[in-house]
Amino acid sequence: MEYKLTYEKYKEALIGGKFLGLKCNKCGAYTVPPKKVCLECTSEDMDIVEISGKGEIRTFTVIRVPPEGFEGPYIVGMVELDEGPWVMGNIVDLDPDKAGMDLIGKKVTTGHKVVKGDKFSAGDGVALAFRLQD
Amino acid sequence: MREVAVVGVGMTNFGISEKTQIEMFSEAAMEAITESNIEPRDIQALFLGNVLGDFEEGQMNMAPMCAADIGIPNIPATRFEGACASATVALRDAYMWVASGFYDMVLAGGTEKAMVMGTPMATRTFAMGSDSRYESFAGITFPGAFGMAAHLYSKKYGIPLEKLKEQMAIVSVKNHKNGVLNPKAQFRKEITVEKVLSGIVIADPLQLLDCCPFSDGAAALVFASADKAKDLTKKPIYIAGTGQGSAGPLYTQKDFTVVKSREVSSKRAYKQAGIGPKDIDVCELHDCFTIAEILAIEAMGFFEYGKGSQASEDGETALDGKIPINPSGGLKAKGHPIGATGAAQAYEIVKQLREECGERQVKGAKIGMTDTLGGDLATVCNIIFRR
Repeated sequence: MEYKLTYEKYKEALIGGKFLGLKCNKCGAYTVPPKKVCLECTSEDMDIVEISGKGEIRTFTVIRVPPEGFEGPYIVGMVELDEGPWVMGNIVDLDPDKAGMDLIGKKVTTGHKVVKGDKFSAGDGVALAFRLQD
Repeated sequence: MREVAVVGVGMTNFGISEKTQIEMFSEAAMEAITESNIEPRDIQALFLGNVLGDFEEGQMNMAPMCAADIGIPNIPATRFEGACASATVALRDAYMWVASGFYDMVLAGGTEKAMVMGTPMATRTFAMGSDSRYESFAGITFPGAFGMAAHLYSKKYGIPLEKLKEQMAIVSVKNHKNGVLNPKAQFRKEITVEKVLSGIVIADPLQLLDCCPFSDGAAALVFASADKAKDLTKKPIYIAGTGQGSAGPLYTQKDFTVVKSREVSSKRAYKQAGIGPKDIDVCELHDCFTIAEILAIEAMGFFEYGKGSQASEDGETALDGKIPINPSGGLKAKGHPIGATGAAQAYEIVKQLREECGERQVKGAKIGMTDTLGGDLATVCNIIFRR
């Protein structure tokens, strides 16, 4: 079976304002970011669905010594989506020096940002951008 | 499967080196071959751990060149890449091929020259262990992944972050103390908790001395069938069990304070050896960051989940503790030339079981274990050795 939701398709949708994932027709679990099979039951029978982008911060860090091509400090976090999966992205619109343990458990919405690639990254990419819910 | 033993080991000093990766490996390899009382031509295959040679020296396919450098250009010579676990994956395969009877004698190890890249490029290339499509564009780094692990750990077990940071600092202090006793270590000076807690922040909450250094170095071991081993050395060190486990990108692992790849790997190794964690006398494990050592001693079964940080504070992992962890100084003080690290851990355990470790000797150690982790907890490989 052809790869259902490729990175290219996922990226283009995200740039267009749609956060896509996969929902399994066998067990109902969501797989985000996409994989070839459902990460719960390994079925290939999944539909492409729009993901709410709502979730809670589970952990975070502030990158102060960044890789070549990035400028710190910035916040990287992992969010547990309401649909179940965990995803990685940047926590934005927040002063990195104010990031503390109280971030964990905070509710967020998810957008995206386009990130310029380097000579190893096969072009530009996208990162999820999490914003604290009011 | 038949019994397999390590008959010789070799290792360069770790730190910064002017030698090439091939030159460093050849030094370690010839030390191991000489110790084994064999000639290079007795080696039937070379399994080489190397992670970033392409970026460090523009050198791809290094294994055949390493074989040629020690005069055996025509044997099968293969590079193994499992990020920072590369050498242990190579060692485990060497063991399995000798155990299966396909080969009688295999040289395995690793080499790396990371210092030449400088911090920004090294940070970029080490981060290639993350998911390049779905994680790397967020600018995640290797310290960043473990910084997130520390915050998860603090929250999950209700240990205030300031308290956890002190316990993490004690891990670093302990490994530096051991490193003083290791002539091959990159750092041979004691540090204090206060010094760890006053270092620059690399990725919250990890400070400089929570992190292992970039390093150059190489290490190598000769594996032989047990029947051959008895003729070659008075002190063969046998392989009692091995395991290897994987996990997908960090986001698929969810609560990654429980390292599933390590649970799978260590259980498999204990099962094969017919023993449990309480039977291990000495262990070299993957302390790339202070929190990483705490996660490792839990998933390997030395301490219950959530108790590893307190056990570290209580000195249970010190040289004279319940289970001595990283007598060599670990990745933190001995150094972490990533493609060589697993072989250097095995070097230390073999030396410990032969009782050749001088001041850092764990007295009477009969069973030792190595634990090596690659990528964002994506690869873990364990080897149990016995006298």
